[in-house]
Amino acid sequence: MSMRIGTPAIDFMEGRQVCLILSLAVVICSIAALAVDGLSFGLDFSGGSLVELEFASEPALESVRETLGKAGFLDPVVQAFGAPTDVVIRIAQDDAPRAGDEIFAALQAAGFEVELLRSEFVGSVVGEELREQGGLGLLLALGIVMLYVAFRFQFKFSVGAVVALVHDVLVVLGIFAFFDLDFDLTVLAAVLAVIGYSLNDSIVVSDRIRENFRIMRTNDPLKVINNSINQTLSRTLATSTTTLLVLFAILALGGELIHNFALALAIGVAVGTYSSIYVVTIVLLMLNISRDDLLIPDKEDDIDDRP
Amino acid sequence: MIHRLPLWKTVFVIVSLSFGILYGLPNSFPDDPAVQVTSSRSTITIGELDVVRAEDALRDAGIELVDHDFGDSQALFRFGSVETQIKAKSLIQSVLGSDFITALNLAPTTPDWLQSIGANPMKLGLDLRGGVHFLMEVDLKAAVSQRLEAYASEIKQMLRKERIRFRSVDVSVDGAIEIRFLNPEVRSQGVDRIRSEYQGVFAYREADDGGAAFLRLLLADGERTKIEDYAVGQNLTTLRNRVNELGVSEPLVQRQGRNRIVVELPGVQDTATAKRVLGATANLEFRLEAPPDSPVRETQQYKFRASDRVAQLERDIITTGNSVSDARSSFDENGMPQVNISLDASGGRRMADVTKTSVGRRMAVIFVESRTRDEVDRLTGERNKIRYKEQGIISLATIQAVLGNQFRITGLDSAREASELALLLRAGALAAPIYFVEERTIGPSLGAENIRSGMNSLIIGFVLVMVFMIAVYRGFGVIANVALAVNVILLVAIMSLLQAVLTLPGIAGIVLTVGMAVDANVLIFSRIREERARGLADPQAVRVGFERAFVTILDSNITTLLVAIILAGIGSGPVKGFAITLAIGICTSLFTATLVTRLLAEGLFGHRHLPKWAL
Repeated sequence: MSMRIGTPAIDFMEGRQVCLILSLAVVICSIAALAVDGLSFGLDFSGGSLVELEFASEPALESVRETLGKAGFLDPVVQAFGAPTDVVIRIAQDDAPRAGDEIFAALQAAGFEVELLRSEFVGSVVGEELREQGGLGLLLALGIVMLYVAFRFQFKFSVGAVVALVHDVLVVLGIFAFFDLDFDLTVLAAVLAVIGYSLNDSIVVSDRIRENFRIMRTNDPLKVINNSINQTLSRTLATSTTTLLVLFAILALGGELIHNFALALAIGVAVGTYSSIYVVTIVLLMLNISRDDLLIPDKEDDIDDRP
Repeated sequence: MIHRLPLWKTVFVIVSLSFGILYGLPNSFPDDPAVQVTSSRSTITIGELDVVRAEDALRDAGIELVDHDFGDSQALFRFGSVETQIKAKSLIQSVLGSDFITALNLAPTTPDWLQSIGANPMKLGLDLRGGVHFLMEVDLKAAVSQRLEAYASEIKQMLRKERIRFRSVDVSVDGAIEIRFLNPEVRSQGVDRIRSEYQGVFAYREADDGGAAFLRLLLADGERTKIEDYAVGQNLTTLRNRVNELGVSEPLVQRQGRNRIVVELPGVQDTATAKRVLGATANLEFRLEAPPDSPVRETQQYKFRASDRVAQLERDIITTGNSVSDARSSFDENGMPQVNISLDASGGRRMADVTKTSVGRRMAVIFVESRTRDEVDRLTGERNKIRYKEQGIISLATIQAVLGNQFRITGLDSAREASELALLLRAGALAAPIYFVEERTIGPSLGAENIRSGMNSLIIGFVLVMVFMIAVYRGFGVIANVALAVNVILLVAIMSLLQAVLTLPGIAGIVLTVGMAVDANVLIFSRIREERARGLADPQAVRVGFERAFVTILDSNITTLLVAIILAGIGSGPVKGFAITLAIGICTSLFTATLVTRLLAEGLFGHRHLPKWAL
C-alpha cells in the first residue's frame, strides 16, 4: 500500500480540466433529472397507504393486482420487497386510513396466505408538511454549515467548501431522481448526513492547503494544492474506506427499510471524497488563491514555526 | 524525554470507561415476554389472591411460569417464550374477569443492583419492537361550534327561566350566536343577564332590523383558544383512558403542536381494534319521544338503526354519554347483549327529574357517531372532507318508573358492540372529533427482523473496520480498535442513561459512527507518520501528532454535529433516533480519539522508539 511508504507525489491538478468538465456534466445531468423526472417521493412525502405483507409462498404479482382491483383499489403498486415472498403494496388514495387493513382483508378473503409485516398511512396534509419541513431542514443545514465555514475560514475556502457541498447534494439527489429510487424521510436524513460528511472532508483538505501556503517556500498555488492533497490523501482514503465499509455492511445486511438510506450515504461519501480532492481545489484555483489571501494570521492558528 | 499524560486524564478515562460498562450492561440482559395485569376500576386493586388464582390456572393449563412480580397495584407474570405469553394472556384474562386488564409486555431483566443505580436498558422504538404509531388531528372547528351550540341551548333555557322573551336563538355559519328579541328593551335586559352569567366570554353586537331586535354574540379574544385547548386536553384524557382500557404497556399519548395528538402503542397485535376504539366518536343521547301535538320546531325525526322505522323525538336532550360514570356489558335474560349504565350525580338527577313527569311516555337511546366522507367538487375537482353525524335509535322503550342513576340499555347488534360501547362510555367521549392523519404499524416479526439485521450490520461493519485499521496502521490500529470498542460502549451507556429510543436508523447511526469515528484516529496517525518522516524522534512525533491533529478533528466533527442537531430538531420517530445516535456518537468519538487513544499510545510508545510493528 502506497500510504505505508510515505507521502505519495501524484499530480492531481494535472487532471483538473477533465474533472471540471466531468463535474459540470454530472451536475447538469442531475439538475436535468431533477427537473424532468423529479424525485419519486416515498410515502412519507407523497401521502397514501402502504402495506408490506409476507406471503407463505411466492405469489403471482399479477393476481395480487387483480384481486386488489376487484376489491376497488385504484392503481395499486405491487412490488416484491427484498425477498420474493415479501410484497409491498402501495396505493395513492389519501385520506383512507383503513386502506391497509382493507387490503390485508381483501387478500386474505381471496385465499392468499399472508402475514402483515407493516402498514403505513400518511395523510396528504402530513405528507405536504413533511415535504416542507424536509426542504426547510435541508436549507437550514446548508445555511448553518455555510455560516460556520465562513466564520471559520477565509472567504475563498468557504466558497470552495460550499460549492463542493452543493455539488455532492445535487449528485445524490440527481441519482435518486434518475433511477427513480424512493426518496423518503430516511433518505433525507442521509442527505443531511452527507452535508456534514462532505464538509468534514473539505475542511481537512482546506486546513492543509492553508497550512501549506504558510510554510512552503513557493507561491505556486498548483504546487501547494497538489502537495496538500497528497499529504491528506492517506487520511481521505482511509476514512472514506472505513465509512464505505460499514455502509456496505448496512446495504448487504441492514434490510430493505434502510437500504436507500445507506445507498444515499454511500453515494454521498464517494462523491464527497472526490469533491474534497477536486471541486474544492478547482474553485480555489479559479478564485486565484494565493499566499496573500492568508497574510493576516488566524486567531486560532495552530501552526508554530517548524524546526 | 519521558512524556506523561497528567494523572487526572488517566483517572478520567478509567472513570468514564467504568461508567460506560456499568450503564451499558443492562442492555446485555434479554427481556422476558410477560403479561402485565392491572385493575380496570379505581376501587379495586389486584391482590395476593388474584395472583394465586392466575397461578393455579396457569399450572392447570400446563403453562410454565418463569417468575412473577407483584406490587405497585400491578402484577407481572414472566414467561419463557412469546407463544406461551400470548396463550397465558387470554387465560389470565378469562380467569380474572373484566375487573382486570391484561397487557402483553416485555419485562426487563436488569438485576436489582443495576436498577438501584439507575441503569436501565435502552428503549426500543416501534420499528424494532413492533406496534402502532398514530397521529391524529383534533377537529378544532367542530370543537368550537359544538361549544357554541351548547352555549346557545344554555342561553335559551336561561332566558326562558328568567322570562326574558325572545323569538329565536341560533348559531350562525360564521360562528356567532344570534338572538332575536321582542324589542330593544327586552334585549338590553337579556344582554345584562348574559353578561353577568358569562363574564368575558362574549363580545356583543346589537342590530335592529324590521322591528326585531337582534343580538349577535361573538366569542371574545382568547376565548376560542381556550375552547380549543380544552378540547385537545379533554381528548388527550379520553384517549389515555381508552388506551388504558385496551391494555397496552408503556403507551405514549402526547399532544403535538396545536391540534395533533400522537399515540404510540408498543407491542399491540390487534391494530384494527385499537384503531376502531381510539378513533370511535360513538356516544349516547337520551331523549323523550315527542307527543303527537308538539310544535314542529321542537321535534326532530330519527331513524332506527336496525330498521327503516322512524320516530319523532324531542329536541331537548335529557343527558348524554358524557355523564356516564360506569358502564359494563353483559347479557339479559334472553341472552341478548346489554349495557348496564351508572350515571353520575348530575346526570342521575336530570334523568330522575325528567322521568318523574314522564312515566308512561317513551324514551329513546340514540347512538351518535361522527364520520367523514370524501366529496369531489364537480367544478374544481377539489376533494373535500364532509363531516356528518350518523345517528340512530338503539331502543325506544316506555318508561315504567322513575329512573335513577342506574339502568340498562338493550337493542345492541352484538356482544362485541356492547362491550366496545361500554368501554367507550367508561373512557369518556371525545370532546371534539378526531381524524387519523398518519398511521404506522410494524408487525412484531418485522420488528424482530429489524433488530437482527441492524445488529448483523453493526457486527460485520465493526469487524471490517477493525481488520482495515490493523492492516493499515498495525500496532496503532489495535489501539484505535480498542478506542472504537470503548466508543461503542460509551455510546450505548449514554443512550441508556438518557433513555433515548433506539430505532433501526438509530442502529445505522451507530454503525455509521463506527465507520466515521476512526477518522480522528486516522488523522492523528497520519500526522504522526508525517512528523516522523520529517525527522522528529518517535516520542515527540507521537505527541506533536496528537496536538496538531486536534484542531482539524474538532473542526471536522463540529459540522457533522451541527447537522445532527438540525436533524434531531426537524425529524421525528426513526429519523430523530438516527440524529440522536449520530450526535452522541460524535461526542463519544471525540472523547475516545483524543483521550483514550492518546492514553494508550503514550502509555505504550510515549517514552521509546516505536517498534517496527507499531505504525
